[in-house]
Amino acid sequence: MSRNLIIGGLLTALVLLAALLSFVWTPYAHTAMDIPQKLQPPNGTHWLGTDHFGRDILSLIMVGARTSIAVAFVAVGVGMLIGVPLGLWAAARNGGWIDELIMRGNDLVFAFPSLVIAILITAIFGAGAINAIIAIGIFNIPVFARVTRGGALPILAREFIMAARVSGKGDARIAFEHVLGNVANLLIVQATIQFSLGILAEAALSYVGLGAQPPTPSWGRMLADAQTLVSIAPHMALIPGCAIIITVLGLNLLGDGLRDRLDPKLRVSRV
Amino acid sequence: MLRYILKRLLSLVISLAVASLVIFFVIEIAPGDPATFMLGINSQPDTIAALRAELGLDVPQWQRYLNWVGGLLTGDFGTSYTYRTPVAQMISERLWVSLPLAIYALTLSTLIAFPTGIYAASRRGKAGDTAVMGATQLGVAIPNFWFAMMLVLLFAINLRWFSAGGFVGWDKGLGAGLWSLTLPAISLALPQAAILSRVMRSALLDVLGEDFMRTARAKGLTRKQALWRHGLRNAMIPVLTIIGLQFSFLLAGAIIIEQVFYLPGLGRLVFQSINARDLIVVESVVMLLVFTVIMVNFAVDLAYALVDPRLRSRT
Repeated sequence: MSRNLIIGGLLTALVLLAALLSFVWTPYAHTAMDIPQKLQPPNGTHWLGTDHFGRDILSLIMVGARTSIAVAFVAVGVGMLIGVPLGLWAAARNGGWIDELIMRGNDLVFAFPSLVIAILITAIFGAGAINAIIAIGIFNIPVFARVTRGGALPILAREFIMAARVSGKGDARIAFEHVLGNVANLLIVQATIQFSLGILAEAALSYVGLGAQPPTPSWGRMLADAQTLVSIAPHMALIPGCAIIITVLGLNLLGDGLRDRLDPKLRVSRV
Repeated sequence: MLRYILKRLLSLVISLAVASLVIFFVIEIAPGDPATFMLGINSQPDTIAALRAELGLDVPQWQRYLNWVGGLLTGDFGTSYTYRTPVAQMISERLWVSLPLAIYALTLSTLIAFPTGIYAASRRGKAGDTAVMGATQLGVAIPNFWFAMMLVLLFAINLRWFSAGGFVGWDKGLGAGLWSLTLPAISLALPQAAILSRVMRSALLDVLGEDFMRTARAKGLTRKQALWRHGLRNAMIPVLTIIGLQFSFLLAGAIIIEQVFYLPGLGRLVFQSINARDLIVVESVVMLLVFTVIMVNFAVDLAYALVDPRLRSRT
């Protein structure tokens, strides 16, 4: 196993575990305010310190991990659910007008400034986790459509596809029964990368106040709270920042490691 | 070649037309009538109607769309609902901050990415390569607005070298203006540099495996000479593409960084306009940004076709 895969897997597992554990246990209730204990740096009773309301930062980070993961995960799901069938369709009609239409549509979405549009969507339709998911998910669609099409084209030229066609299977059945399984590796790798981008996007949206709303904790919002207090309580900014970095780094390393392991093209060139 | 250019030009025009339709109608269906928003919920219906007429909101949507596009084509971006000033003027004022900031950040990112990418490629698989690649992984994972906060903490609050935010204006001189854009430019440049360095490395590695590199070595060039004379030039195509895309990203992508540093740039203008339902400003700025990206892509496609004739037959 490659070093990337191990480190990435461990970091990702750490974050996932923290998020899962928060459903059954956090050191303190994440909403519990304790004003006399506010702005404490990390110490024995509050391992990662407290914020300006005296809330335990470790508990907030653990529950905040749920928000980040949920938003990014569902946004990737949205992108795959719409993007993958579009990509398969475009590949099946390679060179035809459907293909052209889908791919030009893709280019068009890529041309839009994603962060500005995400801010626009959440600002206009209301700040919150659901709209953040939609805003991030829209920009995942063309990514998955392109990856799927690129991966499916060489597969569609293979003999077993022709055999399936001769046996009377239609385009849709061939796409789902024979092509999808063969591009799954590509999709898993891409999903990992989009997941990490989603974590960053969610943090940015929450930071400007357009992500999950209080009292639901989110890492981006914790950073926004920390901004005016950064000179007297730097740990309030440092800790959520590190949480984001660990998550994104872990997912990116995991993606790289998985690509090395799963991508047949790379495997051949390495031999 | 002419056929290729015409074909690309046609697709460019269609893209722009579709983009303008999408932008206009997506933003127009958004809930929140600008006139009602500006006057508040307790305003009288006839006051709202009067303001709607004044803002030109009382004509049918398709007619407003045609007016808007017609205006864009002649350089008239309309008039801001809230500021009552021409949008074109607002955009050009903000560009005086955003454009230099984008160029500054891109310059920094290129200055970091080129040497590190070239170094990593030339030390492939060795400790130096691993170190650079590890650093770029970290660079990609750091949210730029968090990095900005850390820079403010260190260089503005503790060391007091820079101010924590705001822009002094170009009338204070080029040096002072650039100085106040330095922290924002660094925060924007870091993740971009990490991406660009990785692209530089992999583009170089691709080129190093080519036959002409072996020929260059065979005719007596040292590794270094071959790398500088033949390798770099050929690796520049993907690198320049990414630089082009990063530039258009930086124009708008600074939206959060401008927020952190209270910079009066294009991103902040969009952000404020979205919150004030100043739709005409949002539409025009987004259209301008999309236009930039589409033009950059078009230029890159043409450059590719010039460099590599094989691409002309493909579309």
